[in-house]
Amino acid sequence: MEIITSILAGVLFATAIYNMLQKQLLRIVIGTALLSHGAHILIFTMGKLKTGQPPILTDGIENYTDPLPQALILTSIVISFGVTSLLLVLAYRSTQENGTDNMEELRGNENE
Amino acid sequence: MIFAVLIPLLIACFIPALSKLKEKIHTGIFVFFIPFLIFLYFVTFIGNDFTPTMEQYNWIPSLGINFDLYLDGLSLLFVLLISGIGSLVVLYSIYYLDKSERLGHFYVYLLMFMSAMLGVVLSDNIFVLYTFWELTSISSFLLIGYWHFKERSRYGALKSMLITVFGGLSMLGGFILLYVVTGTTSIQQMITQVDFILNSNYLPLILGFILLGAFTKSAQFPFHIWLPDAMEAPTPVSAYLHSATMVKAGLFLVARFSPIFSGYEAFFIIVSVFGIATLCWGAYMSVRQTDLKAILAFSTISQLGMIMAMLGFGTKAAVFAAVFHILNHATFKGSLFMVAGIVDHETGTRDIRKLGGLATLMPVTATLAMFGTFSMAGVPLPFLNGYYSKELFFEASLGLGADFWSQTIPFLAVLGSIFTFVYSMYLFFGTFTGKKHLDKLPKKPHEAPIGMLISPIILVVGVITIGLFPNMVNSSFLQHAAAAINSSVTYKDVTFWHGFIPPFKMSLAVVGIGTVLFLTRKKWQGIYQFLPGKVSFNRIYDGILNQIGQVSTRITNYYMTGSLRTYMSLILGTMLIVSFLFMFLTDGFAFSTNELANISFIEVAVVGIMIIAAIATIYMNHNVAAILVVGVVGFGVAILFVIYRAPDIALTQLVIETITVALFLLCFYHLPKLRKSSDTPRTKLMNAIISIGFGTLITLVAISSHSSRWFESIANYFVENSKPLGGGYNIVNVILVDFRGLDTLFEIAVLGIAALAIVGLIKYKKNKEAE
Repeated sequence: MEIITSILAGVLFATAIYNMLQKQLLRIVIGTALLSHGAHILIFTMGKLKTGQPPILTDGIENYTDPLPQALILTSIVISFGVTSLLLVLAYRSTQENGTDNMEELRGNENE
Repeated sequence: MIFAVLIPLLIACFIPALSKLKEKIHTGIFVFFIPFLIFLYFVTFIGNDFTPTMEQYNWIPSLGINFDLYLDGLSLLFVLLISGIGSLVVLYSIYYLDKSERLGHFYVYLLMFMSAMLGVVLSDNIFVLYTFWELTSISSFLLIGYWHFKERSRYGALKSMLITVFGGLSMLGGFILLYVVTGTTSIQQMITQVDFILNSNYLPLILGFILLGAFTKSAQFPFHIWLPDAMEAPTPVSAYLHSATMVKAGLFLVARFSPIFSGYEAFFIIVSVFGIATLCWGAYMSVRQTDLKAILAFSTISQLGMIMAMLGFGTKAAVFAAVFHILNHATFKGSLFMVAGIVDHETGTRDIRKLGGLATLMPVTATLAMFGTFSMAGVPLPFLNGYYSKELFFEASLGLGADFWSQTIPFLAVLGSIFTFVYSMYLFFGTFTGKKHLDKLPKKPHEAPIGMLISPIILVVGVITIGLFPNMVNSSFLQHAAAAINSSVTYKDVTFWHGFIPPFKMSLAVVGIGTVLFLTRKKWQGIYQFLPGKVSFNRIYDGILNQIGQVSTRITNYYMTGSLRTYMSLILGTMLIVSFLFMFLTDGFAFSTNELANISFIEVAVVGIMIIAAIATIYMNHNVAAILVVGVVGFGVAILFVIYRAPDIALTQLVIETITVALFLLCFYHLPKLRKSSDTPRTKLMNAIISIGFGTLITLVAISSHSSRWFESIANYFVENSKPLGGGYNIVNVILVDFRGLDTLFEIAVLGIAALAIVGLIKYKKNKEAE
């Protein structure tokens, strides 16, 4: 199963990067959202899958899944939410100010 | 001794404050005392019984870099020149530089240079020496560019900087190799390990690198081109840095390393050849110049070449003549530069074609110039120090060997000296005798103020004193300086009349032919213009600099397109190549099927749906549909978390995903509709390659990390200590709020910053509307 989730992480990264390389701001935001999903699956796969019970201490159970990746991912989910929402607002405002959401038209001036 | 090196730098810190008073007291008056006191301090070392002393200070002992100062005869000669000429130059500058100039800057740079130069000649540690060496280049750059509003100044400053720093870096390479070979950073200890160095395979490289540093600094052919352009500096600077001290740092370096290389014949050959070539070329070029300072600049180049050649001969007589000429050159050339400055100051021009007949108007200056030029020309008179060292040079050039090349050296020496004679005479007679052209001069000339004359008078008195009593300086410190370069040198009297011997005949030939050439110089002008014609080293330098600029502009413009997508592709592409290479080279890929979790239908189904949804995001051309598809991926992740027994993150993911989708919907409503990609197939292909490559890399990394276990998991620590240390049953929560509580705090900070940024972005819009 780890191999399958590894492939899933790869596909998520590939599609994320393809989206990020597009011209439209919206696609780039979608790409970053996919990228964080991919990263979470990657971290999760690196710790082993399904090796024990959920990491909540219960009498009589010795074997738990690795809690550390879960803690890392929890932090990461929240931060990626912050990043995605900031990017969304940024994309929205930049489109409004510049009148375009095309990256090719959003270039610095020569004289700057 | 360490204070002598560092005091100028320390005082430089107070100069900006002192220069505020410049309307009342010229800043130079404060500065004057520093080199003067240093000079007095070092004068106490002079004496027949001088012995080298070493002072050691720890600086970075772990790297073998210690602030060791070594004072031997050679260093003593140089420190006396630096502080002595330095005092006179500062004195001269008080009258030369008007109070309206930026005096604070000038004296800060000058003091910086003084410290650096003292550091160069006193350091025993090669890396300390290198540091000071580069500091002299930097202060020289600042001083040449002092009148930075002039285009020529900036050009000259940059040129000198590029050439000398290039040489300095090469010298550093040589030093590092020396350190590798000997294992010590102290020059004196290296001298004790000469055998190691001479048997090392790196010897040619060491020699080449170090000589390149010396030749660029001492303006040896063909690196001499920076020195004439450095004449854009104020004249006191030219007299000080670009004739008396800094340009002699290269000579110092060659002299300092002579004991190390003396067993290696190539050293003598290379140094002699470059020296002789520089002597002749510099003297020849000097004859064609019309600017007083340009004549002096090329003359300095040629004199440096002469000293370099003598160091290259390496015989007892030659080494003594070299140190003698270092001293003599500083005296007569320093006074000549100051005279040129006076002429410039009083007449407003340095163009020798416009000058003439100034002797009656400026008698004192003319007298000083006469002593300087005649000494430089090597006219055989007993009160001119230049003649003594010139004759010793001729003596040294004879009898170097029986082969053809050694036999040609005396002739080349005479040839260079003939040109030296011609330009020296031209310099004096062209400026001070002949017809007056007062109408062509920007100012009405009159004698300079006494303050300006003091320094050149002292130097000319030096010229005459050394000329009359050469053995006074000889026994007290020149013999020690020569002995530091070649330990076999012993004291020998310097006398004016040796009889009618070959060196004297050579001097007479120089004066004779020189006089003829000078008197008939109008006829030769065509020939002087013939060489170097169009192929000059300046053109090569300009060409190289221009090409470097153009090529780098072209390269930069090629990838700095302003398109963020291109940058992204470049960054990702590089990352991809580097990661794959690294994984491949370190054999990082691993694949094992041990300990895999079971595969169930529901998991495969969820993963399959997620993959389809992820790929679909690329093809969705409708806003709402795209959001929903992204949502599918997000909720799929949540389901996987549930299946894999991670209840906390599953919950979080569900909540966050819901909010995100809502947020997307809110914003997408205002954003332009998604469009079909309008990229060319080529761009699409590139993007596809990069993204698929990256996906593959991630998959391989994930599989490899699963397949290789290098350490035991640290999970058990958390499982065991969650209750006793954290007091909680939910291990993930305990990690977040207890074990890694600080991380969580920062995470909250990130969210807070994002929230503030969002508020800011929205506010910004409102302000705009208010306008």
